[in-house]
Amino acid sequence: MPSEVLLDVRDLVKDFGGLRAVNKCSLSVKRGTITGLIGPNGAGKTTLFNLITGFYKPDSGHVFFRGEEITGLPPHRIFHKKLCRTFQIPREFKQMTVLENLMLVPAGQRGENLFCSWFLPRLVRRQEAEIRDKALAVLEFVNLIHLKDEYAANLSGGQKKLLELARTLMADPEMVLLDEPGAGVNPTLMKQLVANIEKLCYERGVTFLLIEHDMDLVMNLCNPVIVMSNGEKLAEGTPQEIQRDERVLEAYLGSQYRAAVRE
Amino acid sequence: MLELTVYGIVYGSVIALGAIGLTLIYGILRFGNFAHGDLMAVGAYVALFFVAVALPLLGIPETRFEPLSFGWRMVIAIPLAMAATALLAVVLDRAVYRPLRHRKSSPVMLSMAALGVAFLIRSLIYILWGPDPTRYVEGLLRIPIYLPFDIKVRPDQVVILVLTLLLVMMLYLFLQKTRLGKAMRATADNPDLARISGINTERIALLTWVIGGALAGAAGIFWAIDSQLTPEMGWGFLLPLFAAVILGGIGSPYGALAGGLIIGIVQQVSTAFINPAYKPAVAFALLILILLVRPQGIFGGRS
Amino acid sequence: MELSRVVLGILSGLLVAALVRALAARWWPRARWSVHLSAGLLVGVLAGAWVSQMEGGYLAYLVTFCIMAGIYGVFSLGLNVQWGYTGLFNIGIAGFFALGAYTSALITTRKPPPEVWFYFKQAIGLDQPFLVGLIGAALVCGLVALLLGLLTLRLREDYLAIATIGVAETIRILFNSEEWLANGSQGLIGIPRPLACLIQNPPCAWLPDWAKPLVAGWTARDLDAIYLVIVVLALAALYWAVEQGIRSPWGRVLRAIREDEMATSMAGKNVFGFKLQSLVLGAMIMGIGGGLYAHYMRSISPDVFVPLFGTFIIWAMVMVGGSGNNKGAILGGLIVWGIWIGTTFLTDLISPLLGAISPELPARAPYFRYLLLGALLVLVILLRPQGLLGEEKQVSKL
Repeated sequence: MPSEVLLDVRDLVKDFGGLRAVNKCSLSVKRGTITGLIGPNGAGKTTLFNLITGFYKPDSGHVFFRGEEITGLPPHRIFHKKLCRTFQIPREFKQMTVLENLMLVPAGQRGENLFCSWFLPRLVRRQEAEIRDKALAVLEFVNLIHLKDEYAANLSGGQKKLLELARTLMADPEMVLLDEPGAGVNPTLMKQLVANIEKLCYERGVTFLLIEHDMDLVMNLCNPVIVMSNGEKLAEGTPQEIQRDERVLEAYLGSQYRAAVRE
Repeated sequence: MLELTVYGIVYGSVIALGAIGLTLIYGILRFGNFAHGDLMAVGAYVALFFVAVALPLLGIPETRFEPLSFGWRMVIAIPLAMAATALLAVVLDRAVYRPLRHRKSSPVMLSMAALGVAFLIRSLIYILWGPDPTRYVEGLLRIPIYLPFDIKVRPDQVVILVLTLLLVMMLYLFLQKTRLGKAMRATADNPDLARISGINTERIALLTWVIGGALAGAAGIFWAIDSQLTPEMGWGFLLPLFAAVILGGIGSPYGALAGGLIIGIVQQVSTAFINPAYKPAVAFALLILILLVRPQGIFGGRS
Repeated sequence: MELSRVVLGILSGLLVAALVRALAARWWPRARWSVHLSAGLLVGVLAGAWVSQMEGGYLAYLVTFCIMAGIYGVFSLGLNVQWGYTGLFNIGIAGFFALGAYTSALITTRKPPPEVWFYFKQAIGLDQPFLVGLIGAALVCGLVALLLGLLTLRLREDYLAIATIGVAETIRILFNSEEWLANGSQGLIGIPRPLACLIQNPPCAWLPDWAKPLVAGWTARDLDAIYLVIVVLALAALYWAVEQGIRSPWGRVLRAIREDEMATSMAGKNVFGFKLQSLVLGAMIMGIGGGLYAHYMRSISPDVFVPLFGTFIIWAMVMVGGSGNNKGAILGGLIVWGIWIGTTFLTDLISPLLGAISPELPARAPYFRYLLLGALLVLVILLRPQGLLGEEKQVSKL
């Protein structure tokens, strides 16, 4: 397995008012891994995602992707570097069909230039056909093909999560940040989601960093696992190591509970 | 110049009264109420109804408190008109805004609805009172009083200022001292947090409309006492109102107060240098300036 | 007069044919498309024939009605780009309306000679042809929208709305109080009608000799019919341009922005840039609408461009017809303008009734039309926010 560092976060800091959400957080993700990011509520995981993908500007610190600094770039520029994300609460384009939701994504569509759509309709049409084929293939992959003409708003919660994943796939990402992909997904869809992520990682070499609260999912799917607490990295290791780590238990459960466990 | 500043403070206090209600609605109900200027017009016209029709019928004599332009009729009409405007605001919320809120419509949709409501109100005013400008008292010579530094003020203006101050102080006490007032401020500051902490948002919404409507009504009356009533007056208030709200930071009543005064003074003083017809454009220019320099407002944290 | 018959006959025939075909396709989806088409054509021909046989007075009235409905259709298209597809809240349409009308007027009229400057002032008068006027109107409106967008589109979405009111008011005050610019509150007169030389004697110099006898008997009413053709052509061209954009990936990005800005920028799109394009394109279309209006009326003054005629009625058109559907926007223009004109009869009808209530009321009867329009807007928002036609499910289909 290659051990090149793909995403490198160094000393990232973000304050909201007086509250420090991310505190000198440093972590790195190796290419080709499915890395889990866990931690108690309010540990700053989603904020970290927002910092990495350009939704928030960090107060200090750096983010490197493929060795290139991407700190503070606007979200659409970071996206074009093939670093994509999904949202904790799915943000589908409600009044657009599932197919259109996917066809939106690919970069470099000539038809996004108004003049091309006026004066070079044939070129645009040809590219549209390619994009449509690709979208259909991706829908096939995530098993949503039967819903392609449905409004995205009408999908179930789990299907929306799949749609989000499918949307990132349209960009041929090198790395995908998944924010709680398992929350609110029924077990059948969940299995499918896990299978998709594994297939993407092992067959297509996509790197994943995922926030998840479902420990079974994390322990089965992820290696390594990174633990965040109070805005910084607390521990990193294999699932087994993390499960045995005293500090992690403490961060999660508080010292009271640990005392209870000892008794 | 000094005189214009004083006029500006009077005009600004009218704007501020409207803007306080607007900013509370903006902060708590999360949409720009484009009908707020027309609520002010409603207040002014309902007061006209009381002063010119209802109260004379009830046999309230037409007395005037020299040197003011009005008497007992207006004193009775002001609270009644404020109540009527508040009532209208609540009725509109029940009929239009609440259904949209429950449907989880976007804030822009609510603003749209407000635009339609503004138009409805204005046409009703046209129908009920006609298109011509009117005054509460016609043909009255308004003799100014002289203050130091050669400043002329109309006695009415002094009363308007005092009454505005009174209303603002009452609002201040309400917002700072009562539980409901605190809950309102909290909701305006952060609605999500407020909902989590168990504040009854529907009750707060109702209260917001009552306060916003009553203040708007008062503002409209005060303006009309000093100037005149026209069906289009509400539209003219819209720009300075929003400029004041944005200047003060959305959701901050004290910011709106300061913003209103600033806008009022700048608009009045500008007439010394440029054609008075450009007063709305001055409010607009100020708004653009705020958006360029500090879009979250002078007193506001969020943008 | 004969020309009006031909033009109106063809137009109404086409319109009715399209309507009937669409309705047939909805009601009998199982029938073949050729059945729908032939049903439409049949009814269309009948309608066209009936209209072209109408009495002259009605015919002239219908022409003026269609011209105004067509001009409002242009505005609806412009607003539909901004609001229907992108969710931009422009409530200062009146400003772009006025700016387009004045720009085109100043470009196409001649500067008045110094002798009349006391009565009639005009800063510019380029004496250019109609088309140059329309292009100029579009460019100036686009430029103003660009500045406005650069200033407000990065901020909260409703800041744009407030700023557009400001622009509209400022533009109106500007033309009202700056007499040197465009004759102040008196407004401009003598704005040329395109092809007006056709009804002069002798007719246009560029007309080939064989065509001269054809136009010999034409009157001012025929000129209206010609203008109707021009308005319809402009509307058709703009419709094509907007449709082409909306059906292509460009429109897909706009609609995604309307649905969720943040997710759109996460899909790698430059949201600000697209919003700016939408605002500018919509404003340019509105500018063309303003120009078309000026050349139809031949005189304009600032008091026309008030919120009612300039902004509200256009919002009502888009909301009634169906935001997010260009056919709906144009249909809305036709319907709402029809209601607006139709209710003049209504106010005549109710005015004796009103007189019974109060002697002052009949004079205020016209304001009941305002009321109706406001009520219409609010009711559509409450009861049928998608409008009559609504957005198609699959919009990208180039």
